[in-house]
Amino acid sequence: MSRIFVHGQGAVSPAGWGVPALRAALDQGRPLPVQSLARPGWDHPLTVRLVPPPLERPAFLAHPRLRRASPVTHYTVAAALEAIGADASLFGAGGLRLGIVTGTLTGGISYSRRFYEEVLQNPATASPMIFPETVFNSSASHLAACLGSSAISYALVGDAGTFLQGLAVAAGWLENGLAEACVVIGAEETDWTAADALRLFDRRAVHASGAGALYLKTQPTSSSAVELTAVTDSFAATRAPGRLEAARKMRAQLPAGAPDEWLCANERHHPAWNDWTGRVLAPTEILGEAFAASAAWQCVAACAAIQTARCAASNVSVTGASLQAIAARFVKSNVLKVENATPL
Amino acid sequence: MFPTPGILKVPATARVAVTGAGIITALGAGWKINAAGFRAGRTAFRQVTLFDVSRQRCKIAAEIDLPAKLPPSRLSRGDWRRLERASRLLLLAGHEAWSQSGWTPDNPMPLILGTTSGEMCLGQQYLQQALRTPLCFKHQAERVTHYLVQQQGINLANALGLHGEITTISNACASGANAIGHAWELVRSGRAQWVLTGGYDALCHLTFAGFDTLQVLSPSPCRPFDAARSGLTLGEGAAVLALENLGVAQQRGAEILGEIIGYGATTDTHHLTQPHPEGNAAVAAMRAACASAGVTPEQIDYVNAHGTATPQNDAAEAAAIQTWAGARAATLPVSSTKAGVGHLLGAAGAVEAVVSLMALRGQWLPPETALETPDPACRFQIVRQPVDAKIETVLSNSFGFGGANAALIFRRWP
Repeated sequence: MSRIFVHGQGAVSPAGWGVPALRAALDQGRPLPVQSLARPGWDHPLTVRLVPPPLERPAFLAHPRLRRASPVTHYTVAAALEAIGADASLFGAGGLRLGIVTGTLTGGISYSRRFYEEVLQNPATASPMIFPETVFNSSASHLAACLGSSAISYALVGDAGTFLQGLAVAAGWLENGLAEACVVIGAEETDWTAADALRLFDRRAVHASGAGALYLKTQPTSSSAVELTAVTDSFAATRAPGRLEAARKMRAQLPAGAPDEWLCANERHHPAWNDWTGRVLAPTEILGEAFAASAAWQCVAACAAIQTARCAASNVSVTGASLQAIAARFVKSNVLKVENATPL
Repeated sequence: MFPTPGILKVPATARVAVTGAGIITALGAGWKINAAGFRAGRTAFRQVTLFDVSRQRCKIAAEIDLPAKLPPSRLSRGDWRRLERASRLLLLAGHEAWSQSGWTPDNPMPLILGTTSGEMCLGQQYLQQALRTPLCFKHQAERVTHYLVQQQGINLANALGLHGEITTISNACASGANAIGHAWELVRSGRAQWVLTGGYDALCHLTFAGFDTLQVLSPSPCRPFDAARSGLTLGEGAAVLALENLGVAQQRGAEILGEIIGYGATTDTHHLTQPHPEGNAAVAAMRAACASAGVTPEQIDYVNAHGTATPQNDAAEAAAIQTWAGARAATLPVSSTKAGVGHLLGAAGAVEAVVSLMALRGQWLPPETALETPDPACRFQIVRQPVDAKIETVLSNSFGFGGANAALIFRRWP
């Protein structure tokens, strides 16, 4: 079994571009201001939390592949490049193999909506420039092009827990030698159709957008202070009666916890975590609901807390809306000792 | 899950058997009718009836006539009623594979699927209603639930009584092959003992219009590798495979349809929709598949090509096959079964995996009977007529938008 170390994190969120902005918002602990989003045919706009414009135009936007790319691609590339950092130059032809995993629920939904609106008006004049950007793997493809990486890449689609499934996929690739490094990104963009759909299920939820990324390797360095020690099974939570049971099974696969450990959860008071005695952080309360990006922000927050010595370990719990209950565990890295994570 | 308990107790290169296969295409539902159709090189294109194509350049596709009755399952009548086209295709293929495998849902059974657009027709309906009658919300929540890509996997799991992890890979037109390849990796590495896997996609207006605006759809049935090819023809379908640790399959006396012995996946960074002219990433995927299988191109007896019939794809794939195969290319049989059932997008890799298994089981090669003049750039043997052949090993290519490239290798089971 290989050990998996977190070598970098990246984030784009309603708090801004970069992990420091995310951390500052979470440290303040107050819900970020909301914005209005027009919905055709309605007097009252939808309420969302948008990603603010970057303070400076990111250099990567000069890449020709990103000229027509959707917002979700911009967020994906920004978060991934921040996580990868100086290693970005290592993955060109003949270089190291970088596995790329993206997780999303809605993908490039704004372009899909725009393209289909054009089709409804007149399919003969719908824009051929937009359609290719609607495929779920377009973000991963653009990221690979920016990095010159020709290694394996998957676009996973599902609920918020899909980001954690992506961590397990990447861990498998690293263990099997399919890649020397992996970047896992959870990303979503805002569109009125997504915000409208979310409102049908939870009128209090505020739709948000952005991305989070973790950069993983099997070899530690002095800067890799965080280790991914576990991703639980994904327990099917596809029917309402079974969701709590699925969450309890997920909980049972992680250690009991200690007062100096954190829980980064997508629900602050989930009954599966009734026994938890450590601090609980629920980024969604502050940032909004961004599905796979929310799960990624939870992981980024967990890793940042360990890096800054605010906790010794952090569990990330995601009880997804329709598919699964799944969790991950990060600990302060000790290269001499493997945490006894059994019986996972 | 990471780390996997007991992973070190399983050989790192366990052999992977296929113990069930289900398929539905425009040729029909089930192994038998599809095997007969692919063996004979039948084509199944017709005027599109599912949506209005009067303002499109292309007006044909390989549509499926869905069976009136669905197979027995654990779904309630209400669940049945809510199933849309993609879910029904997936369920038909999944039920056939599941029944053939002889599995029972006692143990957690991972389900790994590939699709490009899931139940996109419901997304279209949602948007149409939201635009035309924005204050009417009737059926909108249900449409959202069933539109989401994971829901088709959930429907299949509920129908069969599965309770394992559901993973959906959406790597454009390589999705089905990537799903099978990922499932193969899980069984091979000991992370799973068995996996139900495959791909599916139903025809929908958004996708059809999308390919039409790109002007890659042919107004007449597609002719992969033809010198006068004029583009692809879309189709719809699903295929599902039951993959299992070979030792476990033998122990329980399961019928083994074949083995998957290799998988390679790469990313072509040349362009979002166009392959590198030399097919560099395709070459790398085929080489990676051969390396994982421990075979050389000389040991491959037939290549089921991606072969979409677009000028760019077929030229790049031909170059890639020739680079990868070297001297072997001159005698290597190659064909694209998209000539019969069209391009099934997320289902393509899975359907072509089942066709590869059919060919190995039946010892024949699937022909492209509509081919008129082979592209002289194709310096390999394009299969044009139904023919019996002694084949042991088959390689199947799948390429997609975004440069998703995948190759799978299958071996005959004695």
